[in-house]
Amino acid sequence: MQTLEALTQEAKALANGELTAPETEVARQLQICNACRYCEGFCAMFPAMTRRLEFGKADIHFLANLCHNCGACLHACQYAPPHEFAVNVPQAMATVRGQTYADYAWPAPLGQLYQRNGLTLSIALAAGLALFIWLAAGASTGAKDFYAIFPHNFLVSLFAPVFLFAVLALALGVRRFWRDIGPATTGAPLTPPAAAEATHDVLRLKYLDGGHGEGCNNEDDAFGMSRRRAHHLTFYGFMLCFAATSVATLYHYAFNLPAPYDLPSLPKLLGVVGGVMLCMGTLGLFKLKLQRHPLHGDAAQKPMDYGFIGLLFLISASGLLLWALRGHAQMPLALAIHLGSVMALFATLPYNKFAHGIYRTASLLRHAVEKRQPNRLGLGED
Amino acid sequence: MHTDVLVIGGGNAALCAALMAAEAGASVTLLEAAPREWRGGNSAHTRNLRCMHDAPQDVLVDAYPEEEFWQDLLKVTGGITNEHLARLTIRASSTCRDWMRQHGVHFQPPLSGALHVARTNAFFMGGGKALVNAYYRSAEKLGVQIRYQAQVERIEVEGGRFVAAHVTTPQGTERVSAKSCVLAAGGFESNRDWLREAWGQNERGEWPAENFLIRGTRFNQGTLLKHLLGDHGADRIGDPTQAHMVAIDARAPLYDGGICTRIDCVSLGVVVNRDGARFYDEGEDFWPKRYAIWGRLVAQQPGQIAYSIIDSKAVGRFMPPVFPGVVADSLPELAQKLGLPVERFMQTLNNYNAACREGTFDHTTLDDCHTEGVNPAKTHWARPIDTGPFYAYAVRPGVTFTYLGLKTDDTAAVRFGDMPSPNLFVAGEMMAGNVLGKGYTAGVGMSIGTAFGRIAGTNAARAALEAQHANA
Repeated sequence: MQTLEALTQEAKALANGELTAPETEVARQLQICNACRYCEGFCAMFPAMTRRLEFGKADIHFLANLCHNCGACLHACQYAPPHEFAVNVPQAMATVRGQTYADYAWPAPLGQLYQRNGLTLSIALAAGLALFIWLAAGASTGAKDFYAIFPHNFLVSLFAPVFLFAVLALALGVRRFWRDIGPATTGAPLTPPAAAEATHDVLRLKYLDGGHGEGCNNEDDAFGMSRRRAHHLTFYGFMLCFAATSVATLYHYAFNLPAPYDLPSLPKLLGVVGGVMLCMGTLGLFKLKLQRHPLHGDAAQKPMDYGFIGLLFLISASGLLLWALRGHAQMPLALAIHLGSVMALFATLPYNKFAHGIYRTASLLRHAVEKRQPNRLGLGED
Repeated sequence: MHTDVLVIGGGNAALCAALMAAEAGASVTLLEAAPREWRGGNSAHTRNLRCMHDAPQDVLVDAYPEEEFWQDLLKVTGGITNEHLARLTIRASSTCRDWMRQHGVHFQPPLSGALHVARTNAFFMGGGKALVNAYYRSAEKLGVQIRYQAQVERIEVEGGRFVAAHVTTPQGTERVSAKSCVLAAGGFESNRDWLREAWGQNERGEWPAENFLIRGTRFNQGTLLKHLLGDHGADRIGDPTQAHMVAIDARAPLYDGGICTRIDCVSLGVVVNRDGARFYDEGEDFWPKRYAIWGRLVAQQPGQIAYSIIDSKAVGRFMPPVFPGVVADSLPELAQKLGLPVERFMQTLNNYNAACREGTFDHTTLDDCHTEGVNPAKTHWARPIDTGPFYAYAVRPGVTFTYLGLKTDDTAAVRFGDMPSPNLFVAGEMMAGNVLGKGYTAGVGMSIGTAFGRIAGTNAARAALEAQHANA
């Protein structure tokens, strides 16, 4: 009941442009930060903050998604708990970010899938596995070829609509986000230099470098590169796996070269390297998250984070296993696990942690635009 | 327990001393009175270091030569300084930053709203707490034994030589002997009884210090300072009422309000006291050069409170205050909301507004907007306060740190009867009064703490290792 009330209240607040409780907390903390500004060198969020005197809903959404949760400002903060000002920007921002993923989700009712995201992912995974194990059971026994178990066109007919829906849902969500934060970030249009800078910052994960290049915080006030590296392994591993699938699709239709592919074919190379990277990256992220300082981030989002990491790990590990098991009797089961987990990921893509990359990229793009516009504030001697 | 070098204190000066002593090969124990989450004393609230340099240096632009730094110090202290120690501090500030970087400190260009010190001050990335964290990490790596919640009530001194310290921790009391010791435990600004006694009663019968706020740590109780001056008769320096003192938001917490409680709009408007009267030229000089005198100015006003008044023209031209101002559409309404005598307040504001000779307003230069025929005059940036809504911020004196301390020399030795101790040294706020007799200029506290912390650490290690050789 309480959750329902909270949801209703939040919906009302959203409709009226009033701040929700997490947004009010961000506004309160940023009022303190804006009077201090010691953390300006760490990331993009603080310089963006200094262009404002007040923090409206759109400003808060923009800034929350600009924050990379690196933790540097928490450990450097003279007002962090136990100080009575209780400033914990990474945590306040993470809470609002979680809210924006749900608020901007399309279609809107499905945003509720973020409320218990661990459960959402578990059900999706269970359904995906059940579907493919059931399908595999119906296939001819002793098949050694993937497509003997699941015909190619049948797989395409299953995955293509789910994937296209996910892309559409994410696009519509981020479009609404973009429209909301645009006017709050000068409203100026995106220019090629701004787009290039933001792309660079996304692909290099610039704001996990601590501003000084020594990296971000994890378990304490020491800086390190492991989070950034694990993130890169995960991201680029995922992209390579995706590229492997895309190239394979091209091979299949354009060159009439159906799977399986062997080393050193391009799909195999991309897939193996990507799979290993994704495995390592997700294991790294999992370990780092376990060790993470308890004040970092929003504890309520841990199931979402672990669920996403776990799903990606399962996909990469089962994909690699598939290679090892080729010709084995267990291969169909491994294939069913792999395809079931991929299906679970795609089906929940607009309602899982994947959204963080999309919304953060949007904020970084708007930040790159805004910083190129003249600042309307003229502080003292500057 | 026993250690080569005992460092008492846990802020910048103490850490500099501990790091230098450990680098010199001594075993070092550092006693921090605060629990871990409050460690670092006032250093956790700092943001930069005033640095001499003859040419542009990474984050520092142009040059800030020794002579100019010295003249700045001479001006703010009104000559109440020790030129030898001041110049030593200044020279050390030009060479210490590579060492600081080695211990994990990062520097960055000046923060927005602080470009006026781009030439003179090197900013710590993330501020003083990031610096303190870096030093603690480095100290741990070098094997320095760090103990938190370790308060030193008294030390044993025999014939000017340090013997041992008596430490109280949550586990009990312990005697810690050491071959040498560095005292870097801060001033007495957090000790409200001592402040009250030092400031005494004024002609209005008030105890002004009762209305002071403390910008920094609550742990600088001055226990050791009092013990050294009183029980051991260590040579003293400084006046107990002199301190780094600024006007801060009256709603700031009693302790640890830090930088964000400052009110930076003084030079853009007028400041009145409880009686609705102006009392000082708000536009005398650039705010960064004047902020450090306003604490004392407010301390001299009735009730130790004053009100910075601006109109809408000033909004967005100064660092945003942490608490919202009192807002009103008219000046009489503003006076009413502040509980000020409306008639007197309006008389002050009307006289001021009528006296403004507006020229070309430019907050980045000493412009020609000034008053004629009011006392006190406002010599720059004087514009009528006439565009609502109007804003007011109540301010009180905020003590950063006190200047009463132990007299020292260029070896950082504590002195008894004008004789230097062979193994007891002092650094940081406990001796800053040697250089700062009064006044303040941004970042110089960290310059003093770093210079004397490093000297004290080096000399403490030398004294300890010499004692070792003598025994061997």
